[in-house]
Amino acid sequence: MTRINLTVDGQQVADDVEPRMLLVQYLRERLGKTGTVIGCDTSNCGACTVHLDGTSVKSCNVLAVQADGSEITTIEGLAQNGRLHPVQEAFRECHGLQCGFCTPGMIMQSIDLLNNNPHPSEEAIRLGLEGNLCRCTGYHNIVKAVQHAAEATSSQHAEGVGA
Amino acid sequence: MTATQDPGVATPTAEIGRDRRRKEDQRLITGRTRWTDNLTLPGMLHLAMVRSPFPHARIASIDTSAAKQSTNVVAVYTGADLAESQGACINAWPVVTDQVTPDHLPMPADRVAFAGETVAVVVARSAAEARDAAELVEVEYDELPAALDLKEAAAADSDNGVLAHPDLGTNVSAVWTFDSAEAGTGSDVEEAIAQAREDGIVIEREYRQQRLIPAFMEPRSVVVDPTGEQITMWSATQIPHILRFALAATTGVPESKIRVIAPDVGGGFGGKLQQTPEEMIAFAVARMLGKPVKFTETRSESLMTAHHGRDQWQRLTLAATKDGTVTGLKVDLLADLGAYVAIVGGGVPVLGAFMFNAIYKFPAYRFTTRNILTNKTWTDAYRGAGRPEATYAVERLMDELAAELGVDPLEVREKNWIKHDEFPFTTVAGMEYDSGNYEAATARAKEMIGYDELRAEQRERRERGDRVQLGIGVSTFTEMCGLAPSRILGQLNYGAGGWEHAEVRMLATGKVEVVTGASAHGQGHETAFSQIVADRLGVPFEDVEVLHGDTQVSHKGLDTYGSRSLVVGGEALVRAVDKVIEKARPIAAHLLEASIDDLEFAQGSFTVRGTDQGLPITEIATAVFASHNLPDGVESSLDSEATYDPVNFNFPHGTHLCAVEVDTETGQIKMRKYACCDDIGNIINPLIVAGQVHGGLVQGIAQALWEEAVYDENGTLVTGSFVDYLLPTAADTISFDIDHTTSPSTTNTLGTKGVGEAGTIASTPAVVNAVVDAIRHLGVNDIQMPCTPERVWRAIHSRSDGGGETAGAAAPHFDPSTGMSGTVDRAEGGAQ
Amino acid sequence: MIPAAFEYVAPTTVEEALQALAEHGAAGDDVKILAGGQSLLPVLRMRLNAPEWVVDLSRIPSLRGVRDGGDHLVIGAMTTHDAVGHDPLVHEHALLLTKAVTHLADAQVRHRGTFGGALAHADPAGDVGAPALALDASFVIAGPGGSRTVPAGEFFVDIFETAIGEDEILTEVHIPKHTGWGAHYEKFVRVAHQWPIVAVAASVRLDGDTIAEARVGLTNMGSTPLRATAVEEALVGRPATEDAVREAAAHAADGANPPTDLNGGADYRRHLATVLTGRAVLAAAGRNGTRVPG
Repeated sequence: MTRINLTVDGQQVADDVEPRMLLVQYLRERLGKTGTVIGCDTSNCGACTVHLDGTSVKSCNVLAVQADGSEITTIEGLAQNGRLHPVQEAFRECHGLQCGFCTPGMIMQSIDLLNNNPHPSEEAIRLGLEGNLCRCTGYHNIVKAVQHAAEATSSQHAEGVGA
Repeated sequence: MTATQDPGVATPTAEIGRDRRRKEDQRLITGRTRWTDNLTLPGMLHLAMVRSPFPHARIASIDTSAAKQSTNVVAVYTGADLAESQGACINAWPVVTDQVTPDHLPMPADRVAFAGETVAVVVARSAAEARDAAELVEVEYDELPAALDLKEAAAADSDNGVLAHPDLGTNVSAVWTFDSAEAGTGSDVEEAIAQAREDGIVIEREYRQQRLIPAFMEPRSVVVDPTGEQITMWSATQIPHILRFALAATTGVPESKIRVIAPDVGGGFGGKLQQTPEEMIAFAVARMLGKPVKFTETRSESLMTAHHGRDQWQRLTLAATKDGTVTGLKVDLLADLGAYVAIVGGGVPVLGAFMFNAIYKFPAYRFTTRNILTNKTWTDAYRGAGRPEATYAVERLMDELAAELGVDPLEVREKNWIKHDEFPFTTVAGMEYDSGNYEAATARAKEMIGYDELRAEQRERRERGDRVQLGIGVSTFTEMCGLAPSRILGQLNYGAGGWEHAEVRMLATGKVEVVTGASAHGQGHETAFSQIVADRLGVPFEDVEVLHGDTQVSHKGLDTYGSRSLVVGGEALVRAVDKVIEKARPIAAHLLEASIDDLEFAQGSFTVRGTDQGLPITEIATAVFASHNLPDGVESSLDSEATYDPVNFNFPHGTHLCAVEVDTETGQIKMRKYACCDDIGNIINPLIVAGQVHGGLVQGIAQALWEEAVYDENGTLVTGSFVDYLLPTAADTISFDIDHTTSPSTTNTLGTKGVGEAGTIASTPAVVNAVVDAIRHLGVNDIQMPCTPERVWRAIHSRSDGGGETAGAAAPHFDPSTGMSGTVDRAEGGAQ
Repeated sequence: MIPAAFEYVAPTTVEEALQALAEHGAAGDDVKILAGGQSLLPVLRMRLNAPEWVVDLSRIPSLRGVRDGGDHLVIGAMTTHDAVGHDPLVHEHALLLTKAVTHLADAQVRHRGTFGGALAHADPAGDVGAPALALDASFVIAGPGGSRTVPAGEFFVDIFETAIGEDEILTEVHIPKHTGWGAHYEKFVRVAHQWPIVAVAASVRLDGDTIAEARVGLTNMGSTPLRATAVEEALVGRPATEDAVREAAAHAADGANPPTDLNGGADYRRHLATVLTGRAVLAAAGRNGTRVPG
């Protein structure tokens, strides 16, 4: 067992874990953060994507012990004071989800993508989501959701500047 | 005669036709979900399966002693240990009365019939410890020869070749035939073919429907809690009701003691339409130990053992006159069932039997499927189930006929399709199509994609000999969905009915609970059904709560598959709502002190004709709750239920057009444009419909271009992970242009048609037709699916070099070993 | 999905890491080095490998970052692909690497996966081997007896096998500056998240319209990344025209022994190598807008 200390969705946590425990298992089984899900065993699907110190990672491909000292944000930590993150809002607005299983990973990766490129082209969005599989939507509305979020965020900023 | 209307015109009411954002989404976008694998119960134990690496073997011995001593292991069971308690996996659809159906025990004790079959289960306090101990189970196998190749398996018997189940004496599970001459729905196809050989055109082709894997994103998971009087199973399933029936029927546990819950379920596409060995094993173990247990499969386990789809060889003969009028179609299928006849596995090719004639007025038709057992993963429903296979075959053939005639592929289709003023139309397969307008959908789709401009560009590129060639693919599809009229299912020897059930509960506070027997797993029933109820009952959308997926809440239902939820389940719901209104009517008359004949119900209120007096139905619900002042003899409840058995299937259709660019140097295919105009009748929620179409398109496109489950000569699934089973990503797909024409269905109140499978059924032939169209001038008339760059390159390369045929680029190459033989037979006059 | 149990150590210096390797190696334990983990962890999850010890290099700061070494760049072995892809020095002096890592795997993997880890993993289908080889990288390997430098031509030994010994660690990769060279990485896949079926890394220095120097590396055309020296030689002194480049590229598969698998036979891969080499060189020379569809 190895002692780890980290911050998950703003909450400091400490646990003894087996070194083999994956970050995603730690989140789900120890912390009850079941919003983050496991869709494959080869790191292709991206359903388990979370942010580790501000960038997206596949939490099945990180050991919990590697996250010691880090700050993790999951899908459950996005909404603030009951207000959805603009990307969450955009996924609902644009019907960017159906069964919703890939959605936590899609949203987390979309946020990362927009953090790096606030005004992405459709091609940039599609390439930026190449590590996330969805079987329901055909990606059409996911792409639209990311575009929508980009527009919403920039118009918010514009309003902010104007005010 | 069908009137084609603009969308929305037929649905003037407030909620129906509105693009409501989904009620389901709040929990899904915030991670507050209830996937089965999220569940943890006190003292819950975890299962790990020990699976056979061999496709066919006798189990010589199993040594579980080391595993049993492993840390925190509670028990290890083999098939022998579970022999009395595990029940069986059922086949609900023996397609012929003499169907050969191998016994399917969840965990066999003596022989495995496919690689991945479970031979032992380890029960431990954690999933990790269960997996650790599973590695310690020593199994000795005596390998048996395995039946792997479909054609070889079809030709094998006890004396020659390999049998998947030697004791059955054959690999042929069933031979099922439909003949229009025998059925009285058309003429004799052999005569039509003979005539065409004399003075017409005969197109003979053999197409491969490769094996696919549904690959729902949520791996299957099951939790069983035997605590208390009732056994509760949570499962990532499409069919909680059917599963409960199967559990009871095969284990002897009374149905009333079993509760099945399908909580949030992460996709299915037919892949979760199954009673799985893992569910049965978990059920048995929980009962034996008296403790809650959980099993969640890994993705690799899922790809290897959850049922696969498609997997057919199709031998086709199309007869036509020289002007392009089709005179007959003969279909001979070999369908690979895998190792067992899955719950509706044998019926999948039969579902296709009624669709090979598609939207066309073929006068003669004969269909035969031979369902073959092999030592591979069992096959069953995958989005479309039988109908994509049929649509692919006929839409590919119509392109071949057009090429033979030297005419535009849409021209030959129009010559043969049912005209909009000919509905209702009884087809050569005996189906009565209630409505449709193929002309309108085609005209719209052509306009959307810029068909004529694309054809002009294609000509220019061909003339220039461009490295990148352009192809335009056509698919004018229809399908039969809304499964299904029980009487027809009975005629087809299906073991259950096709009705659906709904309940409407009027709560005292004015809220409405709706219970449906459909079991959503991503479709958006909570939203669409709320819209239907809100409109019909005149209550706010937000006040309707849709409950489903729990046999204790929804005691009766036949679940979700075959694009049935709206057209069957929605109709049941409409009828239940109407019963509520009728139950409220005498109470309203009583409270309003009016004659019942003077009451009108609209916008959620009863009003007295010619007065301004009115009473909302929600207030009547409150009055019924109090029951202080009800008319004599009236029940103190407005709650109503309805069970609806459809009178007919449901026939959405559409025209799909696709433009692809083919790099003739590398064989790489790039999709440039995809436009489709679907006619799905009246639309409840355009947003949800669009999502269904988009997702369906990509699954169908993926069959055309990327996906295939491949086994090696050892019977090992080579495409056993997402590294090799190629699902497309956002970077591999494009945005689609979709639209609708509206020919309301005449067989349900709302005039709706199913949309869940349409995109998948339509898109596969559109894409392959486009690929072939791009390189047909180079001498290519087929590419086997998936159209990999290598196959495309080889097809072009072998032709332009004048070399021999390769597997992908062949003209018909019927294999005599399967009993299939034939030749290309083009009567003179056919233009290339 | 759950790796077999192992012991874990995360040293903070290279010396400690070497010590851990020596200690556990001497005890006869199977030890695996964990860099970014993007290839190792899937292998452990599938239980295709079950080491007794895992030595995690991610807490050694000195192994991260890119610096100017004069006539070459020094890339710390634990620098992530994402960091390499965004590094201005790399962009200026080794553009081929920038191009190669930009579409390596996916964004999440690039955030964790490391340049040195991928090279040490030595998957012939990996995206960084061929560019490193083409650019004449040299590899600094630390061991119990100190550091040694291995030239690119000797680093890749076989599939998943390099010159790094069991008691050694790859610490730095030195990339000779190719300032002002054009570069292109042409990757051929069926779906985006797939390993390349074939990829070609090309970098050229133009003198006017003439190719003065060329470097060409091939991905997944054999058991190691390959250098297409015949193409390089044939390109020198030729004009950067489609005809000339394609003529030279016809030699791309000379001596290659590519695999046959689900995505293509060896003959198809040889053909692809020639076509893609032509395209990569032309793109590197800024002469061609044609991209492989997909």
